[in-house]
This record gives sequence, structure tokens and C-alpha cells, in this order.
Amino acid sequence: MLECQPGLPAAGAAGESPLLEVSGVTLQYKTKDHLVTATYRVDFRVFRSDRYVLLGPSGCGKSTLLKAVGGYLSPVEGTIRLKGEAIARPGPDRMMVFQEFDQLLPWKSVKQNVIFTLVNSGRLKRKAAEERALHYIEKVNLTKFVDSYPHMLSGGMKQRVAIARAMAMEPDILLMDEPFAALDALTRRKMQDELLQLWDDTRFTVLFVTHSIIEAINIGNCILLLSPHPGQVKAELNSSGIDEVDEISGLRLSDRIHKLLFSDQIEERELTSHV
Amino acid sequence: MSSTPDVTAGSRHPAHARRVEFVREKIDGSACGVVEKPLTAWERVYNISALRKIFILLALTALWQAYAVWLGKSLLFPTFGATVAALWQGIESGELLQRTWNSISVLLMGYMCGIALAALLTVAAISTRIGNDFLETMTAMLNPLPAIALLPLALIWFGLGSASLVFVLIHSVLWPVALNTHSGFLAVSNTMRMVGRNAGLEGVRYVTAILIPAAFGSILTGLKIGWAFSWRTLIAAELVFGVSSGSGGLGWFIYVSKNDLEIANVFAGLFTVILIGLFVENVIFRNIELRTVRRWGMQS
Repeated sequence: MLECQPGLPAAGAAGESPLLEVSGVTLQYKTKDHLVTATYRVDFRVFRSDRYVLLGPSGCGKSTLLKAVGGYLSPVEGTIRLKGEAIARPGPDRMMVFQEFDQLLPWKSVKQNVIFTLVNSGRLKRKAAEERALHYIEKVNLTKFVDSYPHMLSGGMKQRVAIARAMAMEPDILLMDEPFAALDALTRRKMQDELLQLWDDTRFTVLFVTHSIIEAINIGNCILLLSPHPGQVKAELNSSGIDEVDEISGLRLSDRIHKLLFSDQIEERELTSHV
Repeated sequence: MSSTPDVTAGSRHPAHARRVEFVREKIDGSACGVVEKPLTAWERVYNISALRKIFILLALTALWQAYAVWLGKSLLFPTFGATVAALWQGIESGELLQRTWNSISVLLMGYMCGIALAALLTVAAISTRIGNDFLETMTAMLNPLPAIALLPLALIWFGLGSASLVFVLIHSVLWPVALNTHSGFLAVSNTMRMVGRNAGLEGVRYVTAILIPAAFGSILTGLKIGWAFSWRTLIAAELVFGVSSGSGGLGWFIYVSKNDLEIANVFAGLFTVILIGLFVENVIFRNIELRTVRRWGMQS
């Protein structure tokens, strides 16, 4: 298994302690008649300013893992620590961006949606919250739509609002659960580039779940591959953002990932490589 | 594989000849004829639903007047004109207004108490499993029970007076409102719940900031049904046990007028009931809807 370097070249890997440390995490959930083990003893570490991608086919427990980091369910085994402290419940230090478009509150305008979280988490007072909301709405290029309601926006715009809402909280870590999966391919590509631009601006830390190899390579500086049933760590790979040929194996990164994921199970067909 | 000379074997290009590529300049929109055209004045007028409804009302009024004149029996079926005259007289003498006010004040009291109780029950139902079972069992048992059937009992318990009316009104409002609110809460999407908890909301703030607005469509439906049930129950209760509410309300007015064979007054009383119903539905609830669920795109 290869170790990823922290996102910022300046931050030395040796001295810095990880921002998020997931060690030996086994997650289980109950359906109506089964107890499902979603992940089995998963370890990984995310450092400050990492763009850390969890990649794997359906059923590898990547979304469940993200929800556990979000504090929505607790591991049956192992620990998840954020800045050295175990995660107990959902909180505004870990902002989630979901795949679904209905994550925006339909009864609030774009601006109010961003303010809502800032004020309700007790992070800022009304006035300061409004200023910061407008700042981040501008960052995602939605200034023209501050007073629109979510139902008037396109899918891509809704996701941009959700990203602005999460970023405005300036959380320790952003958790993104396939945020672009429901978008069309062209919009998806554009959103990926915009996210990278935002990262250039603010150097946030993000834990990003996807099932698209291309998206993982594009967005992540580090990719954790998970194999399914139950989810286990398969590999951890670095990505420069370009689908480069690896010197040792002589393969493109996407081909390496493809091989790693599909070498032992051919029947797993859900993994798609969207643009 | 039937290959033509210009397709190399094994390429992913179909067997026919390659097309000539082209790129076009965009032509000016004005050359395309109609791109966007305003509707005609008639189309715009016809699009206003209030005007369409007013037209229906006018047609019904005309039908009423025509039939009553043709029948010519004011004791059975007074004309629209006579009804309006009686209505006007009732308003002028202040009697009808006083009666209406009596009814509405009792109604509002029962309605508000019913909503408050429904809120308590639903919050209990979403926060504990036993509360949920309690609400489900109670609504299953008591929702089908006509409120008016409880009035004899209420009269024994609370005596003659508005207290017994308020009791039956609560019964008529509580169950539909609680049932709709509860099903609305249950239908709030998981994502929206997670967003609320992500923002650090818990307890009462979580209910008021996330669940209530997210379920507002269902809550409004419950309020509408509750309103119709309670208005209906109140008039019926006053008709049968009219004297119970001290000075008497609109139902009592209808009952007394019938005894005095002032059929135009009976119609005027019924007319008032209808007018208030129309007002609440088309002005109050309609405006709440426009400002909330429709504005938020939760209802088209």
C-alpha cells in the first residue's frame, strides 16, 4: 500500500499530525432482515488541505464511511478522530454536501440557506453571517441569484449553493457525498474545475466520495480505493490531477485503478467511469 | 464484416463513408419568426382563476334567481334578491353580525386549542415510539367519531355554555390536524433531516426550523380540513343545542328564523355560513399558501 503525501507540499508529512484519523473502523447497519457490514477495519488519515477521495464500486461502504465521519452513525469497532477527538454526533465542524438536490431548504432563499447554518450553529450573528454568506455565494458565482428560491435553480446551481453553504461555515473538513453524481456530464466537469479553483483560493480540506474513476483522479490529491462486500481498503494512490502514466507499472492511473478494483471480482459492474 | 475501402479493419467507425464535418455561425433570433409572443388580453383574463371562479358564482346566482322567480313560493325558496335584502337587514340591525361574532369567537377558541393539542401530540409522536403508537391508536379510534355525537356528553360534563362547544370543536380539529402533521413529518426527506442535524439543531429548534417548514404542505392541508370540520360541527351544534352557547350563534339564528317561518332569514344565515367559508378558503388559506408552499415551489 502506498502512503499519500499531505496536500500542501509545504506541510511536512513527518511532523504534522493528521486532521482526521480513521483507524480500524468497522461499520454495520441493520436493514429489515439483515445486519449488513458496510466496512471492515478501514484505516486512513487525512491531513490539512488534503483533497482525499474515497473511491469504490457500489456496496463498498464509502458513503456509510462518510456518514460515520459526519457523526450520523458510530463504528462498532475502531475509532474516528477529528483533531484528536473522537466523533460522537453530527456537528458544524464537519459540513456535509449531499448528492440530493433537496438538501437545500426550499423555504429559504439562496442567501437565507447559507445564513441559516451559520446562525443556527451559533457560529456567527445575523449581520456577520450575511456578510460571509454573500462572500461565499460570490465565490460560487451565484451573486445574481441570492434572493432566488431553490426551486428556481438548476441542479448544478443547487449544488453550488450547497457547497457555498458548507464552505461558509469554514469547517475543519468538508464531507462531500457524490455531490456531482446527479448532474449531467458537462455540468459535472465544470463543477469539478470550479471546486479545484475554490481549493486554490482557500485550501480547504475535503473528504470526497465518488464512484467515478475520472472524477477521483481529477479532484483528489490522494485516492483511497475500497473493495466491496464488506468495504476494505484496497490501495491508497496519489493523483496529480492528470491521468498520468506511472513509471513503475507503465500504466495510466485510471487503468491502474481499474485493474486494482476489478482484478478479483469481474461481476462488479456498477462502477462507472463518468467524465 | 462488410468493409469498404476507407474503413480500416478493427476501427470503431461504422462501415459507411465518413461524413463531411461542418460548423455553422449562429443566425440572429429575429430571423426565426415568433420566438416569444405576448398572450392576448382575453387569454390573460381567462388565466386568472379568481375571475373564472367569480364567473361560476355569477352563473349560479342567476340560476337561483331565475328558478326562485319561476317557482314563486317565497316560503319554500326565496329569491336571491330577498335573501340579500334579509342579509342586509340582518347586518344593519346588527343581529346577524352579533350572531356571527358569537360563532366565530367560540370557533377560534376551539380551533386554537385543537391545534395546540395536536402540536403536543405530534411532537410526542415523533420523539418517542410510545407517543407514536398513542397517536396512531387515538386517531384510528376517534377520527371517525362525529364530533356532534360527543355533544350530549359534553353538555353533561361542561354544562350549557361555550365550554361544551369548545370541547366538541377541539375533538373535530385535533385528529385531522394531528394526523396530517404527523404524516407530513414522516415524509420529510432523510437528507433534509441530516442537513438540520449537521447545522447542530436539536429538540424544539430542530422541529421548528426543519420539520415544520418541510412538512408545511401537509400541515396546511390538516388545518384546512380541521377548519371545515370545526365550522361544520359548530353550526350543527348550535342548530341542535343552540341555546347552549349562551347568547346563541349563527346556527341558532337559522333555527329561530325557521321557527318564525322567516325563510329569507334562514337563507341569509346559510348564506353567511357559505360566505365565511369562501372567505377563509379563498382569502386566508389561499394567501398563506401563496406566501409559503407555492413560493417555495413545494406545491404548484
